[in-house]
Amino acid sequence: MTQVAPRPAVSGLADVASSESSLRQFLHGLPGVDQVGAESRAATLGTRSIKKDAKLWALDAAIRMIDLTTLEGADTPGKVRALCAKALRPDPTDPTVPSVAAICVYPDLVTTARDALRGSGVHVASVATAFPSGRAALPVKLADVRSAVADGADEIDMVIDRGAFLSGRYQRVYDEIVAVKEACGSAHLKVILETGELVTYDNVRRASWLAMLAGGDFIKTSTGKVAPASTLPVVLVMLEAVRDFAVIGDGRRIGVKAAGGIRTAKDAIKYLVVVKETAGDEWLTPDLFRIGASTLLNDLLMQRTKQRTGVYSGPDYFTLD
Amino acid sequence: MTWEYAAAPESRDIVALRSSYGLFINGEWSDPVDGDAFKTVNPATEEVLAEVSSAGERDVDRAVAAARAAYTKVWGPMPGAERAKYIFRIARIMAERSRELAVLETLDNGKPIRESRDVDVPLAAAYFFYYAGWADKLGYAGHGADPLPLGVAAQVIPWNFPLLMLAWKIAPALACGNTVVLKPAETTPLTALLFAEICQQAQLPPGVVNIITGAGATGASLVGHGDVDKVAFTGSTEVGKAIARTVAGTRKKVTLELGGKAANIVFDDAPLDEAVEGIVNGIFFNQGHVCCAGSRLLVQESIADALLDRLKRRLATLRLGDPLDKNTDIGAINSPEQLARIRELSDAGDAEGAERWSPECVLPAQGYWFPPTIFTGVSQSHRIAREEIFGPVLSVLTFRTPQEAVEKANNTPYGLSAGVWTDKGSRILWMADQLRAGVVWANTFNRFDPTSPFGGFKESGFGREGGRHGLEGYLDV
Amino acid sequence: MSEAKKPADVRPARVDVRKTYKLYIGGAFPRSESGRTYEVSGADGGFLANAALGSRKDARDAVVAARKAVPGWSGATAYNRGQVLYRVAELLEGRRTQFVEEVAASDGLSPRGAEATVSAAIDRWVWYAGWSDKISQIAGSVNSVAGPYFDFSVPVATGVVAVLAPRESSLLGLVSVLAPVIVSGNAAVVVASESGPLPAVTLSEVLATSDVPAGVVNILTGRLAELAPHLASHMDVNAIDLTGAPADLAADLERAAADNLKRILRAPAAGDEATDWHGAPTTARMLSFLETKTVWHPIGV
Repeated sequence: MTQVAPRPAVSGLADVASSESSLRQFLHGLPGVDQVGAESRAATLGTRSIKKDAKLWALDAAIRMIDLTTLEGADTPGKVRALCAKALRPDPTDPTVPSVAAICVYPDLVTTARDALRGSGVHVASVATAFPSGRAALPVKLADVRSAVADGADEIDMVIDRGAFLSGRYQRVYDEIVAVKEACGSAHLKVILETGELVTYDNVRRASWLAMLAGGDFIKTSTGKVAPASTLPVVLVMLEAVRDFAVIGDGRRIGVKAAGGIRTAKDAIKYLVVVKETAGDEWLTPDLFRIGASTLLNDLLMQRTKQRTGVYSGPDYFTLD
Repeated sequence: MTWEYAAAPESRDIVALRSSYGLFINGEWSDPVDGDAFKTVNPATEEVLAEVSSAGERDVDRAVAAARAAYTKVWGPMPGAERAKYIFRIARIMAERSRELAVLETLDNGKPIRESRDVDVPLAAAYFFYYAGWADKLGYAGHGADPLPLGVAAQVIPWNFPLLMLAWKIAPALACGNTVVLKPAETTPLTALLFAEICQQAQLPPGVVNIITGAGATGASLVGHGDVDKVAFTGSTEVGKAIARTVAGTRKKVTLELGGKAANIVFDDAPLDEAVEGIVNGIFFNQGHVCCAGSRLLVQESIADALLDRLKRRLATLRLGDPLDKNTDIGAINSPEQLARIRELSDAGDAEGAERWSPECVLPAQGYWFPPTIFTGVSQSHRIAREEIFGPVLSVLTFRTPQEAVEKANNTPYGLSAGVWTDKGSRILWMADQLRAGVVWANTFNRFDPTSPFGGFKESGFGREGGRHGLEGYLDV
Repeated sequence: MSEAKKPADVRPARVDVRKTYKLYIGGAFPRSESGRTYEVSGADGGFLANAALGSRKDARDAVVAARKAVPGWSGATAYNRGQVLYRVAELLEGRRTQFVEEVAASDGLSPRGAEATVSAAIDRWVWYAGWSDKISQIAGSVNSVAGPYFDFSVPVATGVVAVLAPRESSLLGLVSVLAPVIVSGNAAVVVASESGPLPAVTLSEVLATSDVPAGVVNILTGRLAELAPHLASHMDVNAIDLTGAPADLAADLERAAADNLKRILRAPAAGDEATDWHGAPTTARMLSFLETKTVWHPIGV
């Protein structure tokens, strides 16, 4: 097993990860999150009324930000190919509908997705590192990552070791992310915090910083396999983290991916509102905000049709893949 | 790419404004006998909304007489359980007509529809629902088995939360068996007049609630009326003192809910993002037209810069404009007089050497507006740190130790509310114990609930509104 | 020397040592800074003593002393305050004979009546002593707000309370208005009954030796009409009990008290039944000098 030396990811915070104790000191020195206050802020933002042009823009933006996902044991190449077709042309009857940001699949289906999406600009994202539990030895996780990247994944969605995190072994979590990042090479790394298992917002904030310090390009809420998955206040706290990291760190902007549980256009728009009013308009791009979803896409398409034609549509008019 | 929210105005069609309103006395509308009329305007547009009657002394007399008769013949003798059902009815009708009330409140007051819809109106209905339940349980309120009402209550309320203050006043008064003559503020009479219609729909017996409109003179003659048993006032400390002098030597029971200059104290271990929200909610909620507003930010020196950076960034996201737009955070200042006062005190802040900051913010051409404003470099002696501004103006001061924070927070003739932000539980309780204020919000701010007693120490007034404590002011105990 | 020239061998009656009746301010017994005294007569009109004729400045000093005492006294544990009040009852019991004599002379009571009155005064201290750690359980509350907040209300002392003691009941009346003020942590500035001030001064001697911290009780003797307006208008007094004020003075005092919005306990109105100080007390007097403080805190993890 190769020992991976911690690598200072951010110049201004270089010393933070120099030892377990300095890492702990830093993470526990972050301001606390008051649960009620955070949830109340998210709820208030959720009351924003997005109408007309603003809604149209938001629907298209949300489509562009989707990581169209299938992560089932029953996945097949055929299912993935169908999903890729949907990713490229979400609504075959309407060429003005943009493509989604990426397809997100298990590592063994990366090749299929890559072939289907080649040259399209739609990325291939692969979960890795013994997704979703993360309970495997580091070399196994790294091999998982390298294999996916070698097969053509543009983005790797790793899971952190929640057991290590919850028991306070921050250095271990940090080192693992650093190692995975290195294994990614040029692929973008999304670090899944699995916030449903972290339980408290304080933990969400600490895990966000840990992932950013270790070099993650994105922080992501959930695997989708644990309830609760993404929630508005969790994403609020993560957006506060990336916003602050851009100020305190070297200016690097980290992306946020909300994954799981976002099924309606209305929900998606609420997330965009939280993005805009927390991190700012700069984050309203697929480079910095993603929504991991499957069924959401069809609702966005339905709402988009309604918004453009004034007529309510129905599920039979949109493809099921 | 910036994403601009499209205009999302709430429709005002739901409100049917009359061109003129009479006085609501003894269950009926009547023109003033010896009064006059005045206009109420939308402060966001300066549009005249309606003409409203100004009650003269004889009108006050008619209203008090109606209340007295209703007290003696109907409401006083009625069993509490029956009174309760009328009050429950009112709560329900208010909920049914909540959108209409919210739109009307926003039109007349200038506050954002988001607040009137999500705060003012639901809370007002909740106060009626809460106190309705007390009407047949007064024997459990701690004042003996069968506490008696006082009689006729004269109630004068301010313009900052017109309907909510009406609810704070009328709900406990009726629950205890009193009848009411209420005078809403001159600039915001419309929701009270709509409330009169709600009383009619509830078939509340005539004279139990009387609504008379007018300015200060009407209020003064109501408070001074010889056949009034109870005076309840919310408003300025100056007027509160005048009322206290007026009732001296009488048997009138008085509750006063007056001004404030609350300290919102942020320690270095505070949950910072929520503290920023609390500061914003503390001073920019309702344009700062809040007696318990957190108008003095006391921030621990070690985090002052970091907190201010966050606060300024947050202020830049506040949306000022059309109060009826569902995405508006900051509405209009209620009147030109109030705007002049805010300007005067802010100018005094400049003159005394404090540094003024506001986010980039385009003010509408029509109406009365003031941008959210922060003054830094403020010292305890500055006028903006001592006088109630009643506007969206925050004075920022620093402290080093908890003792210093308490001394500065308490160093005011007011004592209505205070805020404390820290993650340390024992410090919260120590601070709560030391602060001379009627309401202490710890890690939150500007929360209200019908079960929760509200009211001040010192020159912020006396008596409590809300909760079991709120009954005492309307019982002969 | 003959026997006859010797002075008669009779023991002369002993001349008793009389007490100088002084003010009680900040735990000390000063004379009035004005140097004035006034003659106090018994109910039968006979001379009893000269009492200090307190002045505006004495009142001012008393307020300063009271203000100084507030943090310590209101910050003491309720258990401690209860013990201190109970101690007052203990010491009063020990000096019962003296009080019976003084009360009989002041209030014009029969020996039996004076006995009963002193007993009631002692019992009143005991009654109020027991309230120190219970009043907040009666007057406080936990409020079921419609949200994730822990919300509670506690009664806390108002601060400095001016007390105009009843004129007609020099000891029992005084105790009945004083004990409810201080039991909750307030400090009092008392204007004793103008016509019967002596039991009040003697009570102050009891207070001084019964663990009541200096300044918690300050007792002024003198002219009510002279002292009361200064207390009513004093901006560092938080509340005033007008019980001892005659109706004509009470309205003016209430008006003056509005300057800083003092909490007011009104005097009985003209035509009201005279207060029976032997009657059972209620919580009303304590509640008049308490502020309700409500504290909110989010409930979360």
